[in-house]
Formats: sequence, C-alpha cells, structure tokens
Amino acid sequence: MPGGLLGIEPLDRVEIEGILDRAQRFQPRQTDSKKSDQLRGRMIVNLFFEASTRTRTSFEIAAKRLGADAISITASASSVSKGESLVDTLNTLGAMHPDAIVMRHAASGAPHFLARYLPTPIINAGDGTHEHPTQALLDARTILDRRPTLEGLRVAIIGDIAHSRVARSNMYLLSKFGAQIVLCGPAFLLPPELAQLAPGISLTHKMEEAIRDADVIMMLRVQLERQHEAAFSANEYFQFYGLRLEHMSRAKPDAIVMHPGPINRGREISSEVADSQRSVILNQVENGIAVRMAVLERILGN
Amino acid sequence: MSKLTIRNGRVMDPASGLDAVRDVAIEDGRIAAIGQDLDAAGANELDATGLIVAPGFIDMHVHLREPGFEHAETIESGSRAAAAGGFTSICCMPNTSPVNDNATVTSYIIERAGRHAVVNVFPIGAITKGSAGEQLAAIGLMKEAGIIAISDDGRPVMNARVMRRAMETAQSFGLPVIDHCEDLHLSAGGDMNEGVPSVRLGLRGIPAASEDVMVARDILLAELTGARFHVAHISSRHSVEMVAFAKARGLAVTSEATPHHFALTDGEMPPYDSNFKMKPPLRSTCDVAAITAGLVSGAVDAIATDHAPHAGSEKMQEFEQCPFGILGLETAIGITLERLVHPGKITLMRMIELFTTGPDSVLHLHRGRLLIGAPADITIFDTGRSWTFDVNRSCSKSRNSPFDGHSFRGGPVATIVHGKLVWSLDHVALGVPAASQ
Repeated sequence: MPGGLLGIEPLDRVEIEGILDRAQRFQPRQTDSKKSDQLRGRMIVNLFFEASTRTRTSFEIAAKRLGADAISITASASSVSKGESLVDTLNTLGAMHPDAIVMRHAASGAPHFLARYLPTPIINAGDGTHEHPTQALLDARTILDRRPTLEGLRVAIIGDIAHSRVARSNMYLLSKFGAQIVLCGPAFLLPPELAQLAPGISLTHKMEEAIRDADVIMMLRVQLERQHEAAFSANEYFQFYGLRLEHMSRAKPDAIVMHPGPINRGREISSEVADSQRSVILNQVENGIAVRMAVLERILGN
Repeated sequence: MSKLTIRNGRVMDPASGLDAVRDVAIEDGRIAAIGQDLDAAGANELDATGLIVAPGFIDMHVHLREPGFEHAETIESGSRAAAAGGFTSICCMPNTSPVNDNATVTSYIIERAGRHAVVNVFPIGAITKGSAGEQLAAIGLMKEAGIIAISDDGRPVMNARVMRRAMETAQSFGLPVIDHCEDLHLSAGGDMNEGVPSVRLGLRGIPAASEDVMVARDILLAELTGARFHVAHISSRHSVEMVAFAKARGLAVTSEATPHHFALTDGEMPPYDSNFKMKPPLRSTCDVAAITAGLVSGAVDAIATDHAPHAGSEKMQEFEQCPFGILGLETAIGITLERLVHPGKITLMRMIELFTTGPDSVLHLHRGRLLIGAPADITIFDTGRSWTFDVNRSCSKSRNSPFDGHSFRGGPVATIVHGKLVWSLDHVALGVPAASQ
C-alpha cells in the first residue's frame, strides 16, 4: 500500500486486517497519550473538491495526532475556480512535495486518474459514486469492536445504493471477510448489477426482508443531489426505507445501527433509532480517526 | 502522362469477384488495365509481391474537426491519417463549427479538401439547422454543393416528426439518412455502457436500450417514408437484430460497425481511461458477438471508424468531464484482421467488401471497385507483418487511441489515390523497371 489508498476493492485481507489491528491501538481507550511524533516532519495535504466536514476534520486530526503537518484546501478557495485543470492543480501541489495527498472529489475515478500522473501517494477520501475506503475501514473497526469476526455476519445496507461510495467500499470489504450483505433500496437506486460486484451480495426492495436477522444495519444518507428524478417524496421514502424502532424487532437482539453521517433525522432514520442504544454512529466517528491514523502510518511510516 | 504499375499483388475485387495475382496498370490517375505480365513501358513500378491489392477503402464515418476545431484535427491531418490507415475516401460528419448545415460550409470543406487533403473527402450534411433537432437544414442545396448523406451525428434528432420530414426530404434528393441512434433522455448523464463495469466504477450508465429504441423508431420511419436509413456505429445486439429484421422486410436499411465495437468490451476498459470513452460506449461480450455475427451475415454492411480526434487537454480530465470519441483511421485494418480475418470469422474478401462495396452500397459514391477507366483508388495491405501502433507517431493531430502500443499482424502498406501514391510504409518505394533504366 505504499502507493496510496485508492479503494478497498484491490486490497487483500491481510492488508485490511493490518490496518484494522493497528487502528485498534490508536483508539482513545487503548492509549494514554493522544499524540505521537511518528510522522513528524511529514506533510499531508487534504484536498477537498467536495464539501465535507467530518472526513476532512477526521483526516486532519489523524495527521496531527501522528505529529504530521496537515494543511487543508477546499476547492472553492483554490485555483479550481479560476479554471485550472485537475492535473495542473495536482501537479502544482505535487511540486511542493507533500508526503501524501488526501483527496475527495465529486468525479468517480478522479484519484485513480491522478495516481497515473503523480508520484505522490494519494489517499481516496471519497470519489464520486465509486469508493470511500477509509469509511469502510472505520465501519469494519466499529463492527469488530462488538463482534469477534465479520465472517457470517448478516449486514443490511439500506438506501441509495446506486450512488453510494460508502456502500461499494463496504460491500467489497465485508465480502472479502465472508459476511452476507443484503442491499436494500428503491428499485431505481438498486441496479441488479450490484449483486455481481462481489460474493455474498443479495438485493431486496423490502426493508423488512433486509433487516430480518441482521447483525448490522447500515443506513445511507439520501443523496438528493445525485438523484435526477426524485421518484419518492421525503414522506414516502421514510415510509418505505426509513429505519424506525418498530423495525428493530426483526433484527438480531444485539444488532447495531450504523450511519456514515451526516444523518437526516426523519428522512432515512428516526430520531428514536439514531439516539438508541443500538446506534453506534458516534463510535464510527471516533474510529474514523483511529483508522485514518493507521492508514497514514501505513503509507507514510518507515 | 503519369504511369504506375502495381506488380504481382494478389488483386482482390469484391465487385467482380477477382482474386488472383495480377498487375494493375494505372495511367493518368485511372485504372488502365488489370492482367498478367502487363507491358508498361515508362511506368513507375510498385512491387506488391505478397501483398493484397484492393479497391481503395472507404471510411464512411470520420470527424475532421475543420472548420472550428483545428487544434484537434484538420482536413489535411485527418486525410493523412486516413491515407496511413489505408483509406482512399473518407466521409466527414457535419459537427464542425459552424455546423455543415448549409451549402457555404459544404463548399468550404470541399474547397479545403481539394487543396489540402491527400484522400477523397465527401462531406455529410446536417439533418437540422445547427444540428439542433428542430428545423431542417438546407438539404437540397447541400446536395448540390456535394454532400453524400445527411446526419446529425452526436446530436441525434429526438423529435420523430422532424426525423420523418428529414427522411422524406432526403429520399426526394436521393440521399441516405445516417442516424447516430441514441435516445438522449435515456442516455442522459451516462459515461459508459450500463452494466456491471459501470456499477463497479461508479460511473453513470448508458443503456443499450437508448440505442435500440431509436433504431426501432427510425426503421419504422424508413418504412413510412421509403427513405434509405443507415445506422451509424451499431453497438447493441438488439439493434443488429432489428436491422436484420428490416432488411428481411425489404427496407433500405443498412448499418456500420466500428472496429472498437467489435474488438473491445466495457469490461476491458482500464479503470477511468478516457481513451476508452466514446459514444455509443463499448458494450458487453454479447453485443460484440452479435456485431461480429452481423458482419458475417450481412446485417452490418460496412466497417467505419468514427475517427473522433480530441486534443490531449480535453482527454486529460476527470473521466466524466472528458469528451466522447477516439481515433480510428490508422488501426482499422489491423483490428479487422486481428478480430475477424485471422480467427477465421470472415474471409479476406468479405473484409475488403466491408471497406469498399459495403459503404458504397449505402452512399452510392461509385467507388470501391477496380474498374477499367475508373479513378485509380487502391489500398495495398498485408496480412502477416508484425507492427506496433505508436500513437505518438500518428498522422492525426490528436492522441486519443485505446490501441496505443498494441501489436498487430498485418496492416496498410501503401495507399494510392487517383493514381498517386499518397502514403506508404518507409521501405516501400516506387521503382523504375530495369529494362527502361
């Protein structure tokens, strides 16, 4: 992985386990001192072409806890608005010799395209509707904090699967470890081809089926900005695909509820569920930093 | 009096069925004789021993980008790429700037081609003004100025009523209607074929149905109007089936396929490589099999490249920002040999047909055959030499080819237009026979 982290799909189990194990050591309860100087003198550029608060902040904190210097650039403040091409922007940044570039972009494959031209390691912090590898890693870390293994777990992923990079990265990761993945959403957000992306994936349009005996329920944000024909009103969407307390009796008794955030209460998840004991949403945020520390260490550490 | 004799080539002419080692004598730009041991005192000679000598290949679908986009291609550079690809005639699509939707632009293209092109250039006129899909272009006047077909390639006519009127008009002027069949509503926002690869890459899909529904519409309109309707760059299996159905009904419906659509699939695209981005997109293995079967059976009448140059800066962007289209002229023969002839799917004669009488049957150019007295447009190629395509040595001004670095077995050797050698491999040279030295 010295070349960066573009996605989960190309990784093997050993690499993923390595990051997850290491991330555990970075969890707050495992360590007394919050900060180390492992990456002192290293420079990480967070380049966000798409609005993001939590992922950018999480990467910044991860870098700083390892002693690295991190600067964050958002597209609106950069020369992108002056018509500079993506390649030129990245070449310019590359010439300043950062040790890694953390990048989020609205176009699927944008980091893959740049990785072909740039020697700097690129960490994909979400590319369009393709992958969001650190999200899947932090989700796996969060599940493994509560379950001994991913193997055999039944994981329901519910919402706008078609446009979800979170769903794709999670599908690849969970599948590599032998989980059963049930994808659920409205027909126009659930292309049948999804079932062929990895072993162990099934599809349903019925929420009740997806949740039955689930160990993990992952809710996805409704991405209005990516839906060109909104076929469901907010009310209708919540009726059919919003997670409510009454659904929880169908899942395993100790099932957990996850969400990559930001959550839309009353849209895809009810407040009662989001705030319930089953919800591990804030643990996900916490693990986000630990996992990103592990990734940065892996890519930049000696 | 310029004379050229092509010696000892395997002369193959689909129109007459000739397939034999012969000499071809050319005088003043026209074919003077085809025979054995022709006496050609004073003629230059080209030794074609071991080579195929065929009627000049016609590419009925290219984009020359002039006027308006000369940074990507010009009539001259495109024509040189055509010659280097073994083509003696090319038909250029009207999506220039300004659009070729009136006789002035048509005349400009013909005049520029006359001065700068090394191969024959036949312009295709727009169907509608500005290819905006609303009002018909000046089809009759463009016909008088020299267009050989009409098409709104790349910006297909969505309004069936407009297409009906276009077909009626084209029919009355004896022109075929070439349609880039794509329902723009169904394909909107798409970047590649809709299938497992698009879902995997998180790219928006262009369903094959977006082509099929328009092929169906146009076949029905062709029946209604009696027009000659030609499907450009056919890419889906259902479209091939529908063309075969239309032909069986006796309709004047024809189709062309590009080399990339019978050579590549969406699954083979290196992730986010814009040199594999074109419209229609690379489709599935089933579609490739259906197109190949259509080339064998005759449902597909011609091979055309859809040569679509784009400057490097346009292709060096995020995949979804990149324009559609790839180069095609210089690799067409190599790909066709590799995918169709060498594996035994079609004969060499059928391949030549797909590049000569096939497109000519659509366009009525009166080219594509070796006729005594006809203009001496001749394509000479081989079938065994190994060579590697280096896009940086392309005659095109652009570099967007998915076949850069690909090794081929067989390809163009020399291209003769109106009796003049306009391109040849480095080692091929015209010699003067010993007897007259």
